[in-house]
Amino acid sequence: MSSRADQLQAFLDRTPFARFVGMKVDIEGDNLIARLPFQEMFIGNRAINALHGGATGAFLEMTAISQLYLQSDLQRLPKTINLTIDYLRSAKGGEDLYAHAIVHKLGRRMASVRAEAWQGDKDKPVTALQAHFLVSEEG
Amino acid sequence: MSEEGEHQDMMLKLMKQHTRKAMSTVPWANALGIELTNIEKGRAFAKVGWREDLVGDPETGVIYGGVLTALLDNLSGFCINTALKKPMSMATLDLRIDYMRPADKGRDILAEAECYHVTRNVAFTRAWAYHDSRDKVIATAAGTFALNDITRWASGNEAMDIANKMLGEGQ
Repeated sequence: MSSRADQLQAFLDRTPFARFVGMKVDIEGDNLIARLPFQEMFIGNRAINALHGGATGAFLEMTAISQLYLQSDLQRLPKTINLTIDYLRSAKGGEDLYAHAIVHKLGRRMASVRAEAWQGDKDKPVTALQAHFLVSEEG
Repeated sequence: MSEEGEHQDMMLKLMKQHTRKAMSTVPWANALGIELTNIEKGRAFAKVGWREDLVGDPETGVIYGGVLTALLDNLSGFCINTALKKPMSMATLDLRIDYMRPADKGRDILAEAECYHVTRNVAFTRAWAYHDSRDKVIATAAGTFALNDITRWASGNEAMDIANKMLGEGQ
């Protein structure tokens, strides 16, 4: 039986979107740090060299799902019910993005997760996400 | 008609002429294949086609939710352009997305966004994503955007740059 970390890595390896954006995860025990190496296509505004909010948002959602998967024994992927993204600072083009997530509550049906992304300084997050997921194996 | 009203009509007309171009200058919209299909005053419409590499769940072939986030974020920001009296640039403050049902495998996703209120500093938007009509939505979004003076923050939006130039010349 492979470890949960291996299962998560295998899932990311066969998920087309994760491959498309080139997302990587560093797993240490029950926690992970996700990394999104910069690519030109993540730019949303060339004039101010800013990453697209949709790119950071998509990365944070994938980070939240990954963390939830890692610390649970779910066999199926959690389904996103809703999410709120706060854009705190402009994310700069040319720099990698990092993110981690905290599972606030993992219930039988729902989970509540917060994720934050940063670039140079972890204490200065560029984007934060709060999301609810359906984790019921029946639903 | 007031001078402001005339400017707004002129900007809208110019944006309409450059509808296809407007999105193509945004790399992330391009990468996902987001296509602006129509604009009206205060509203914008777009489409994203199903693609194998955008799938988020390999078991079902359903497109990744983050693609919808990008689509609705992009379109919400764009529709503000059509509601403004003068060109401004905008940055997303926050965006809330509710997922009603998964998108069907292999089908195009359509979206529309409306800017329903604008103050001096903030624009408020709503958006919907669906296959056929708003009667059966895949996801809805509510957004707020900070508005910035375009003279300090270049927009990077080609259609708006053209409109801005034309308006400048007209004065």
